[in-house]
Amino acid sequence: MKEYIAILATAILTQNFVLAKFLGICPFLGVSKKVNTALGMSVAVIFVMLLSTVVTYPINQLLVAQDLAFLQTVVFILVIAALVQLVETTLKKFLPPLYESLGIYLPLITTNCAVLGVVLLNISEGYGFAASMINTLGAGIGFLVAMLLFAGVRQRMENSDIPKAFQGLPSTLIAAAITSLSFLGFSRLIEGMLG
Amino acid sequence: MKSIKKENLLHELTKGFLKENPVLRLVLGTCPTLAVSTSVESAIGMGLAATAVLLFSNMLISALRKVIPDKVRIPAYITIIAALVTAVQLLVKAYLPALDQSLGIYLPLITVNCIILGRADGFANRHSVAASALDGIGMGIGFTAALLAMSAIREVLGAGTFYGISLFGENYTPMLIFILPPGGFFVYGLLTAAANAIARKKKAPIKESFGCEGCPSAAGCAGCSSKEVLE
Repeated sequence: MKEYIAILATAILTQNFVLAKFLGICPFLGVSKKVNTALGMSVAVIFVMLLSTVVTYPINQLLVAQDLAFLQTVVFILVIAALVQLVETTLKKFLPPLYESLGIYLPLITTNCAVLGVVLLNISEGYGFAASMINTLGAGIGFLVAMLLFAGVRQRMENSDIPKAFQGLPSTLIAAAITSLSFLGFSRLIEGMLG
Repeated sequence: MKSIKKENLLHELTKGFLKENPVLRLVLGTCPTLAVSTSVESAIGMGLAATAVLLFSNMLISALRKVIPDKVRIPAYITIIAALVTAVQLLVKAYLPALDQSLGIYLPLITVNCIILGRADGFANRHSVAASALDGIGMGIGFTAALLAMSAIREVLGAGTFYGISLFGENYTPMLIFILPPGGFFVYGLLTAAANAIARKKKAPIKESFGCEGCPSAAGCAGCSSKEVLE
């Protein structure tokens, strides 16, 4: 239990997926202008991440058993792309309201490094199924937390007077640096809490 | 006639260096840029690995551009890129195990580096093999150069070393923050600000919003066509 709490807290706070591991930077910078779009994107990412972990875990076992581990990257990216397509089509057909609010973000996620990243990370850390799911959940929540915090920061920056060269992306990146800085405050948290 | 063509090919090669630098001007490939620029050594390794993938993926996709049906082009490109990344990954594992260690999961993640898919869908699928190869090399060099600049700043300030060689002697206390994640965002912000300032002086267009226009999946993405979502 302690181990799982440590994995979860590490993924959300100390090794935040976006702010410390730099995965999913594109949506973090691109879709974080408003809180509600940031929320929609994050929920879609969490959903696809969890689904990808469930599907790729047995596939990876199979690949390793067949001595085909080198095919991981090719197989995973195709499985994720197919999965996203499948989810999109299913939502469109059976749950149109949910599709309206989440579906539009799904194609953006296929080539999102956060999804492939979390799958590869689970393997390189040698996590079992439960630990993989916990780590994926933590990564997703970490993404959500970072997106929401950053959307708040950006809304406040909207009307500020920024030097010309820094307008647009540079000021966004500097704001991200400060947001990331605040997460450094958590760095000793896990050791402190769980010994 | 011949000289015009030659000039164009030269342009395909050099445009990636500065004018259309993928990292600083087109703002693509941000994840690896931020993640591996903590040391010059891993930045060069990442830059060269991505350049190799970019060169071969551009050539292959350009050669196959008349064979791949338009509707399934993105999955086809991703498969080609993933296969090339796997080849590079195996080579790095075999001959440069230390680099493999320092790049970690960011090496297989070259697959989802937007620069590569972006060049495939934005350039290679409508240009000749030669032009695509030069474009790939040029973009790769631009990516490597931007990574090198960023990692040099971060390693020198944050660790007091360059390519692992100590610069300031033992009494120097490095500013650790520069090799920590916030330093990555900060240095990237400053570099893009500098690139914007230069571009403004030269009256070149500046990428104002970080939206869909640079995203390789923009064409097939419903999110981008409904504007209210991203604006």
